[in-house]
Amino acid sequence: MKDLGRLDRFLRTDPCDVGCDEAMAVLHIYVDLVAADEDAAERYPGVAAHLLACGPCAEDFAGLLLAVTDG
Amino acid sequence: MKGLDEESAGWLRHLGAGGGERQAAERELHVRLVRIALAEVRRRSASTPVTGQELDDVAHQAADDAMLAILAKLGDFRGESRFITWAYRFVILEVSSKLGRHYWRNPPVALDARQWERLPDRFGIDPARHAEAAGILAEVRRVVEDELTGHQRRIFVAIVVDGIPLDALAAELGLRRNAVYKVIFDARRKIRRALVANGYLEEPGLEQP
Repeated sequence: MKDLGRLDRFLRTDPCDVGCDEAMAVLHIYVDLVAADEDAAERYPGVAAHLLACGPCAEDFAGLLLAVTDG
Repeated sequence: MKGLDEESAGWLRHLGAGGGERQAAERELHVRLVRIALAEVRRRSASTPVTGQELDDVAHQAADDAMLAILAKLGDFRGESRFITWAYRFVILEVSSKLGRHYWRNPPVALDARQWERLPDRFGIDPARHAEAAGILAEVRRVVEDELTGHQRRIFVAIVVDGIPLDALAAELGLRRNAVYKVIFDARRKIRRALVANGYLEEPGLEQP
């Protein structure tokens, strides 16, 4: 059932997911890589997996990226 | 510090100097932190019940606390990013944390409200297909009620069913964001396993067996 896509994605867990603490510890490095158009997800796959699954950390990522690109 | 860009080296030099040079750098950094914090609380204004002057107060408090943390941890900066990105991280994380705490001053939902009936909307299921989705959602609820631990159930229901922001719940429970996330992660895995085992979903997720 196509409509269950969000529920399905929400319930999927990625073993690469490093969690909030590890992701936030390198957020500045990750953001600089993204801002420089480098492949941050390839260098930090566990952070990329986490940002896909964790709303609050994804918000922090978006805010920091905006701060360094528009700020 | 090898390979440090010129701007970052400048910040470190000025902040490490004495007297007026250091004070001027601190003032400039604080002005920037306030600007970033104000922009960030406004960017998040649609997703927080905090409004008006209180939102601006949160931004100023976040900038002040970030400033103190940056100066205290200046020696920890290892040049793995630009200095300003490292510094702005403090203020963004302070904004998150403070908005989580301020949520409870005027929360939009009662703590004991149970909103299972809104779950289809939370997962973007078309109202025309709610009946079709009722079976799997009833199974999700059964797993939550029968198979999660009390701690997992409390946190899952608060965040996923009642829609309380994760940072707000973490603040209320005195837990770190990571601890709450881990509980939700384990609950998601447990629910998905049950849905697969009972034929509601056909394939396993990305989790390791």
